[in-house]
Amino acid sequence: MSVATRVETTDPGSAASDVRPPVLRRRSSTRELKRFSANALWGVVSIIVFVCSVFPVYWMLNTSFKPNSDVISPTPQWWPENFTLRNYITVLFEPARPDRANFPSAFVMSLAVTGLTLLICLVFAFVGAVAVSRFKFRGRRQYIIALLIIQMIPGEALMFTIFGMVDSWRLLNTVIGLTIVYLAGVLPFTIWMLRGFVAGVPADLEEAAMIDGCTRTQAFWKVTFPLLAPGLISTGVFAFIQAWNEFLMALIIMQSPGSYTLPIWLRAFQQATQSTNWAAIMAGSTLLALPVVIFFLFVQGRMTGGLVAGAVKG
Amino acid sequence: MTTAVSEARTQPAPPRQHRKRTRRRRVTPWLMLAPATLILLVMTGYPLVKMAINSFQKYGKAQIFGAPPEWIGLKNYTDTLTDPTFWAVAGRSFALMAVLVVATMGLGILIALLMTRVNAFFRLLISIGLLLAWAMPPVSSVVVWGWIVDTKYGLLNWVLNTVTGTTNWSGHSWLIDPLSFYAVLTVIITWMSVPFVAFTVYAGLTQVPDEVLEAAQLDGAGAVKRFGFIVLPYLRSILLITAVLQMIWDLRVFTQAYTLQGLGGISSQTDVFGTYIFHLGSSNLGAAGAVSFIMVAMMLVISIYYVRKTVKDEEI
Repeated sequence: MSVATRVETTDPGSAASDVRPPVLRRRSSTRELKRFSANALWGVVSIIVFVCSVFPVYWMLNTSFKPNSDVISPTPQWWPENFTLRNYITVLFEPARPDRANFPSAFVMSLAVTGLTLLICLVFAFVGAVAVSRFKFRGRRQYIIALLIIQMIPGEALMFTIFGMVDSWRLLNTVIGLTIVYLAGVLPFTIWMLRGFVAGVPADLEEAAMIDGCTRTQAFWKVTFPLLAPGLISTGVFAFIQAWNEFLMALIIMQSPGSYTLPIWLRAFQQATQSTNWAAIMAGSTLLALPVVIFFLFVQGRMTGGLVAGAVKG
Repeated sequence: MTTAVSEARTQPAPPRQHRKRTRRRRVTPWLMLAPATLILLVMTGYPLVKMAINSFQKYGKAQIFGAPPEWIGLKNYTDTLTDPTFWAVAGRSFALMAVLVVATMGLGILIALLMTRVNAFFRLLISIGLLLAWAMPPVSSVVVWGWIVDTKYGLLNWVLNTVTGTTNWSGHSWLIDPLSFYAVLTVIITWMSVPFVAFTVYAGLTQVPDEVLEAAQLDGAGAVKRFGFIVLPYLRSILLITAVLQMIWDLRVFTQAYTLQGLGGISSQTDVFGTYIFHLGSSNLGAAGAVSFIMVAMMLVISIYYVRKTVKDEEI
């Protein structure tokens, strides 16, 4: 079925094949055979691409559901034959040792930092995006260009001065300290991204509401704001993923095991149990990835948009 | 534009009130930008200046414990630029970036082209695979790949043993040798970065008008010619921007390199810019500042094209 539709759309000649003389029609059927085998080949290549991209994720899940004795067997099992949830229980309920972080505390830390970053970032970025797309003022253009350039400054280069500042404010190992650092990281891109959404809602709509008797503020909240909900959600998910996955700054700012965020916890857990309990490490890795994967599938279409917007125009 | 219209409507108002309103109009956007600006100035602007100052100072262990830093001019820079370690790190970082950009862009473009060729079912299959790889947190990815290449129980060594029919690969460590460390790192980062390129290029490919392609086909242009003369010019800017972003991201890679070092790599032989600054900073902040400044300068030079192109396209 799919083969036929493909032929129709890509080869304008074959649609008219019925009215052709019989000889030509036979030739077109060998051509169709060729096309069919080409499609089969592309199908096989597609499956190879799929397997290559999915394999590590599958292997992580597969390992996480096996008892550790099966994990370290000389021949790998491609399916968890002795299915178990013990690795997850180990990760979730392992009692905290004094010198080591445990999953629950790292989860709470990650949730607090990510949630706070998300909330503040959305408010600040929203207000900023409205300012740069709904107002005309001197320095607007320069401000937007500055946002673009700031995105390019690597956090790797600033890590020690930022560490020194957070330290001098006595905010090391605190949720607030890391949140402030993350806000600086996500704000330029989120303002930039939201700016596109705000600009996408025509100002005429607001003006129409103003003619109908709304004040400028009312018109904004009653007309424009509801139309921005999808933009706010996409931007929020972006900020969430950034903060949830962030590693370098968390490594520097959250140094005491009690304040580890999940990525730092996973690395520490892996270092502590490496080659003794890979199954539990994979369970921890799955738990770290789960929220991101869910959110990601939610907004995937918008992830590429912001960065290369307008580039298609050529 | 909205401002102009609403001002036209307020014309009947007395001139004094009018002036007051326009002044408020001018201040309002800056008030709205104030929170974000404050955070960016304090958390990005100030550290940038501080780092630049540090790079001209002697800032070692003594200074970390409170001794006042001492001005030493360009010494950090001359020391850094005459240090063979720095050049080894720079060489490794740029070589890694070059390999990664070529691999990521090449695979991404090929997969995007494949997605235009296959039917909806296979396209969905590819999309799901790419999305899963894309969504994996960097630390999770490195840990999983580290398990696949594990010395004792890793899948890779088992596969190699099975394929070659020997036990030569039992206990083979992939991370101890810098070259195979980089091979593993390249595979991990390429695996994570291809989805972004593939989806972006695919989105660009769907913008190429079908009529033009059909017309070319009727005129007798083969698949290669059609790609070279029609698709490529349409995609030129999207490919350039994607390549620039990849260069920047690959040059500043930290998480993957650092986590993989933790799994068994020797940091002095495998450091890239990010991890080098990290390891340097614990003993010599001045030198770390110099390397950081060189890194920032490189990033800005590379990103000039991206910024200029974006500013032009978005008609800011």
